[in-house]
Amino acid sequence: MKHKSLISINDYNKEELFQILDRAEDFEKNPTQPLLKDYVIASLFFEPSTRTRLSFESAINRLSGKIVGFTDAASSSVKKGESLKDTIMTVSNYSDLIVMRHPIDGSARWASEVASVPIINAGDGANQHPTQCLLDLYSIRKTQGTLDNLNLAFVGDLKYGRTVHSLVIAMTMFNATFHLVSPTELKLPSAVKRYIKEKKLNYYQYTDLKEVIPKVDACYMTRIQRERFADPMEYERVKNSYVLTRDMIEESKDNFKVLHPLPRVNEISEDVDTSPKAYYFQQALNGIYVREALLTTILGV
Amino acid sequence: MERKELKVSAIKNGTVIDHLPSDSVFQVIRILSLDNSDHPLYSGINLESKKYGNKGIIKVENRFFEAEEVNKIALVAPHASMIEIKDFEVIRKTQVEIPDSIAKVVKCINPKCITNNQDVPTRFVVMNKDMEDELKLRCHYCEKTTARENIVFK
Repeated sequence: MKHKSLISINDYNKEELFQILDRAEDFEKNPTQPLLKDYVIASLFFEPSTRTRLSFESAINRLSGKIVGFTDAASSSVKKGESLKDTIMTVSNYSDLIVMRHPIDGSARWASEVASVPIINAGDGANQHPTQCLLDLYSIRKTQGTLDNLNLAFVGDLKYGRTVHSLVIAMTMFNATFHLVSPTELKLPSAVKRYIKEKKLNYYQYTDLKEVIPKVDACYMTRIQRERFADPMEYERVKNSYVLTRDMIEESKDNFKVLHPLPRVNEISEDVDTSPKAYYFQQALNGIYVREALLTTILGV
Repeated sequence: MERKELKVSAIKNGTVIDHLPSDSVFQVIRILSLDNSDHPLYSGINLESKKYGNKGIIKVENRFFEAEEVNKIALVAPHASMIEIKDFEVIRKTQVEIPDSIAKVVKCINPKCITNNQDVPTRFVVMNKDMEDELKLRCHYCEKTTARENIVFK
């Protein structure tokens, strides 16, 4: 894995996933170590993504690495019309590893082919966001003690939710059972369901959230965006059906946890936050450990 | 021996690409870049075929193809055969095969794909190549799949 770019979660097999998750556990115990003190990391955000960028920058800072880069394309040479290839080839000269966020699908794979240093994909358009998937896997393993044989609910926008697609595909490696809760307009795409079918695993589709909670070990919530609906009336009709409230989790299993990639709008009511079953802020913190593990593993330190 | 009348004249040296679906002939010419080469080319469409009822054919003089080149046309003409001719004699006949991957000739269906936004050559993995109707191309970059009926050639 040393010097290997991470573009898609599918680039890693089970063993490689575990190597990152195990290393992340070490960083959780000891997050501040000067392992990257001799390294310069480029952080290229061609579109703004504050949460992801801060998480990476925090991870790099905790490891004493130096950061160069930009936080949106308006302040970079892209504005002058430079191609991605030229930007990446140039920045390869200035850094030991590139963290890249870009609005175009497939840009990260292309960057990894022209770069002379490894690339970590911090999101390429609607395609992949593998570090989010890694921190989701870490959070599930941490709270459940295992990744194997779990019942997982995915709730909200399953059609466009990139994090949902990656996590569903990753969890097909671990004999999961999938409970898919969404409005009919926003069901999981058949291209993703195919991964579940290929592994001969089970999935169930629901339009009602309440009945699912008692059956599952964890519930992965996502935001439903108004602009996804052709008919605004339809949005108004369904928007409150996928809101998780404190009383809904009363009947859940003891090991039950609520996960969310954040930002949350209203799909988890704030009274859930104080429940020991709410895990989404801890989940975001885990992103630091996972990114520390990834940076050090790829740089071979 | 009585010679049957040829609808498309014989060539002395070169390649005959036979058993093409009639509607694929112009695509095949484009895919193999025969439209911007100097080689004389003869073609026919809507010709009678015992096997397929209706077929197209292309004959190119003094041009021979590598298997990799030929297989690019398998997406539009899966039953095509390549017949190499030397001195009016058939010296080799091969069937096209659907390749495992395909580069450059096909466009990605996703308008947000990097290959449709910057100067990046396309690359695809061919999926379900054994099931003709289910055949799909998976973009190496954006990971979106294009179904056979939606394939657009550059």
